[in-house]
Amino acid sequence: MFSFVRRRMYTSALPLIIVLLGVFLLARLTGDPTNLYLPESATEAQRQAFAEKNGFDQPMLTQLFDYFKGVVHLDFGTSLRTGESASEMALRAFPATLQLAFTTMLLAIVGAVVIGCWAAYRPNSLADRFSSLLSMTAASIPDFWFAITGVWLFAVLLGVLPTSGVDSGVLSWILPIATLMIRPLGVLTQVVRGAMVSALSAPYVRLARSKGASDLRVVTHHALRNAAAPALTVAGDLAVGLINGAVVVEAIFGWPGIGKLMIDAILQRDFAVLQAAVLLTAVSIFVLNIFIDACYALLDARVREPARV
Amino acid sequence: MSTQLDLVPVKPTTAIVGADDSKRSGRSLWFRMLVNDRVAACAAAVLALVFLTALIGPMLMGHLATHIDLDNSNQAPFTLAHGWANVLGTDPLGRSMLARLIVACQTTLSVAIPAVVISAVVGSVVGMWAGYYRGWRETIAMRVADVIMSFPSLLLAVVVLYVFSPSAANIVLVLAITRIPVYLRTARAESAELSSRIFVDAARTFGASGTSIITRHVLPIVLPTLLTVATLDFCYVMLAESSLSFLGIGIQPPDVSWGLMVAQGRTYLHTAWWLSFFPGLAIVITTVSATILAAWARIATDPAQRWRLTVPQKRLSRFAKTTKALS
Repeated sequence: MFSFVRRRMYTSALPLIIVLLGVFLLARLTGDPTNLYLPESATEAQRQAFAEKNGFDQPMLTQLFDYFKGVVHLDFGTSLRTGESASEMALRAFPATLQLAFTTMLLAIVGAVVIGCWAAYRPNSLADRFSSLLSMTAASIPDFWFAITGVWLFAVLLGVLPTSGVDSGVLSWILPIATLMIRPLGVLTQVVRGAMVSALSAPYVRLARSKGASDLRVVTHHALRNAAAPALTVAGDLAVGLINGAVVVEAIFGWPGIGKLMIDAILQRDFAVLQAAVLLTAVSIFVLNIFIDACYALLDARVREPARV
Repeated sequence: MSTQLDLVPVKPTTAIVGADDSKRSGRSLWFRMLVNDRVAACAAAVLALVFLTALIGPMLMGHLATHIDLDNSNQAPFTLAHGWANVLGTDPLGRSMLARLIVACQTTLSVAIPAVVISAVVGSVVGMWAGYYRGWRETIAMRVADVIMSFPSLLLAVVVLYVFSPSAANIVLVLAITRIPVYLRTARAESAELSSRIFVDAARTFGASGTSIITRHVLPIVLPTLLTVATLDFCYVMLAESSLSFLGIGIQPPDVSWGLMVAQGRTYLHTAWWLSFFPGLAIVITTVSATILAAWARIATDPAQRWRLTVPQKRLSRFAKTTKALS
């Protein structure tokens, strides 16, 4: 088991290193990195001073070495806007996004399993067709429009939910989670339904029924475990895509997470913070992929290294 | 039409599509399958309307999109009191929403379609090449695809568009690059499976070069799957472009895009709800139609499933009974 995880870490480390390199190269690709950090109106002398202070006039290899040293020490420079350390700002904003993403994924998985199992239990019924249509629509709706329409309907028109922010306790979680949840819920429902339909037509299900197992036990105890593996793979991909959704949701609802930090950093031209946020996200995706693969290996013994005889 | 659908309902495994040879021809078969599925036919009609609007709409109504009329600012929709052009309301500068929606349609599609085409062509070619030859080519292609896919596309777009300021060409390029792995993986998987088939072996024995085998044998078989993937991907690219424009790093004003219109209407949510609602609705209609059409295409291009689309829909229920899965 651990050798599997170790192997996956090595193969997943490659994208992470490429992302780190990519951000480094991208910042220097346009010629003068000071263009990214400083506002347009900075004078030549200011640019020169800034470049000297941050080592942009050094040879490229030295810059690369310093960059990776900074990454290992979690030092991404200081924000031009607030003067604090960029990595501190990113690490402070990260838990808010983590809470949002974790709750959303949990609710989406639970919802998808329940609806998908029900739809597979009664295939081609009205409930099945309706859930298929709903999940297809949910996978194609733009999340920012859903959020804005939700805000208009519930906050402006009906006044039951807050328009933004985190101050109203549980109520302020409802709209952001609902917005973030629709796409994963839609996609996962279709996947779970498909997997359950093929699991429920397997011979072991018939055996279980002939032994007198109740419907609930057959669906949950026998069929669901086999349907879990493909659903888990898709859930892993969706969790990565959740970061996309989180950026938009945090921008709309003013959620103090890492997505909002990124957008603010872009609109206020604060490259150090943007770099820190992007790299922190890359690392968290790396950890998440390892976790998903470990879960997958736990579920499906065929994926692990075959035992030596 | 009814005579063509007058097939005797036989068991699914023996239903032969187009058994009445006199009426069979390649293109009319697809058309029949499309018309048979009413929902998919509706979706195709809607998509055709959207493309048509993007093509000729701005020529007809483009001037109204920039015609500022401050007396008419923020007028409510669904009334003809301010002229038929303002039937969907006006924006804060008095410009007709309908005209702006039409011009935005052209901008949005002119970003989405090239992105899909570029990523489809590049991804499919590289995928088929990698899948046919196997070996190191396949490994490298898969590694590259993994690297691109392991990073959320929005973040990549955000960083790239920050460094090289946002313009339509940059957005198209960034979106194309982030979607290449989808086609790469599909094309590689199909091509690898086909490269071990007998007819490909025979062609190789005759001395056909790899390129000609790929273009003549692999490509025609892989093409329907790729088209299905492309239809679904078009939906995703449209959503991605709208999200970027909404966040302010996509299409920049004075150009107009549906996502940008939603963002601009956000400040007027209390007073003028139609400013954000209609552009978003346009996006939803287009993407849902594309998704439905992709689902239809998935069934139509699979020879084993195609019978579902040739049997008249009300007779389909005979083959797809509503029962409990456990009986």
